[in-house]
Amino acid sequence: MIAKPYALFKKDFSSELRTRYAINSLAMFIIVAISVILFSIGNETITESLTGGLFWVVIFFTAMSGLSRAFVSEEERGTALTLQLIAAPSTVFSGKLLFNVILVFCMNTIIALLYSALFERFIVQNFPLFLVTFLLGNIGLAAASTIIAAIIAKAGAKGTLYPVLSFPILLPLILTCVQLTLFSFDGTRFEEAKFELAIVAGYDVIMLTASYMLFDFIWKD
Amino acid sequence: MSNYSIRSQSLSKSFGRRLIFKDINFEWKDKGIFGISGPNGSGKSTLVKIIAGLIAPSSGKIIHNNSDEEIIAEKLHNHIGFVSPYLVLYEEFSAWENLNIFAKIRAVTFDEKRILFYLQQFLLDARKHDLVKTYSSGMKQRLKFIFALMHSPDVLILDEPTSNLDEEGKKVVYDIINEEGKDRIVIIASNETKDLELCNETLLLEKFKI
Repeated sequence: MIAKPYALFKKDFSSELRTRYAINSLAMFIIVAISVILFSIGNETITESLTGGLFWVVIFFTAMSGLSRAFVSEEERGTALTLQLIAAPSTVFSGKLLFNVILVFCMNTIIALLYSALFERFIVQNFPLFLVTFLLGNIGLAAASTIIAAIIAKAGAKGTLYPVLSFPILLPLILTCVQLTLFSFDGTRFEEAKFELAIVAGYDVIMLTASYMLFDFIWKD
Repeated sequence: MSNYSIRSQSLSKSFGRRLIFKDINFEWKDKGIFGISGPNGSGKSTLVKIIAGLIAPSSGKIIHNNSDEEIIAEKLHNHIGFVSPYLVLYEEFSAWENLNIFAKIRAVTFDEKRILFYLQQFLLDARKHDLVKTYSSGMKQRLKFIFALMHSPDVLILDEPTSNLDEEGKKVVYDIINEEGKDRIVIIASNETKDLELCNETLLLEKFKI
């Protein structure tokens, strides 16, 4: 059951290593965004809540700059038809989702490491809570980005449409993740963050289920 | 012998207000070479895409049966081999890598002997490890035939099969079509007289405009 999506993921991974469609734009965006924030802060110390907010702002815009590639590159190169001829829609979505989940995890781990090294107020007191937030947030981000990428891949103005369409869909996830990140900075106990965690977990389940149900209609003309 | 059949029931397709064709009915069974012909813009490519399950008709339907059992849309790609000029293979990989990747995604065995046989037949053996982006358009077209044949499909759909091919390439393709037509359904969409001469039966699309 997992063999076909895994084969598609491996194809995308090898293709990415050779073409560097997404990696270059993601790396450049992370470096530029964090540099601009650091330059604008200067010698001032920013609050914990601002640090947490800026952390997820960088994550959101970095995702916007690279995650659409999963489908856009297939459409732009004309290989979407080839994919339709070799795999069922569910296989294509699972393979692309797997690729985006791993890409999001790698990218966000780098952002988190850079933040902890460069921002003095990025101090996590409840590490398990931060880890669960990071995990659930990344899955939600990857699931929403993948289905939106599939939708916009067939449209004309892909570059503009992607963040415009993603913003309202990702807003509940990003806001809740910002709150949970602040909780982890404060050292809030797990039990007290249950409600926010349930929202993020529910978001992930709804997004994954809706994506699998919708993808068939999006994928075929 | 194949027990495969393709039945079209009152098939129509429009793009917006523009009618491409309407009320197409046919049934192709078991084996043979079937042609689809018509002037430019008559909907040959559209019809083969509908038959392959790549696009949906505006009304009517296409039913694929294997041994009297209807094939569901989710699994149709396993039964189809498709060649067309607008099909694009992954240019950042070699021919060998492309075929290996397709076998893995389809979860079928990568039969090296069979692939080597086809690579030799289509005169691509010497260049099998070169990236596809270095191939000429004719070589890419020949590679698409291997892509279409490698999983032994029940139906071979060929949209303009000889486009971009030289005389040697065309001869290989005609031999393959004749050979495959003995065991399975081969559908050719073309305007080329030579291509259509191979067909046992031809559907003229201009008849389905009104």
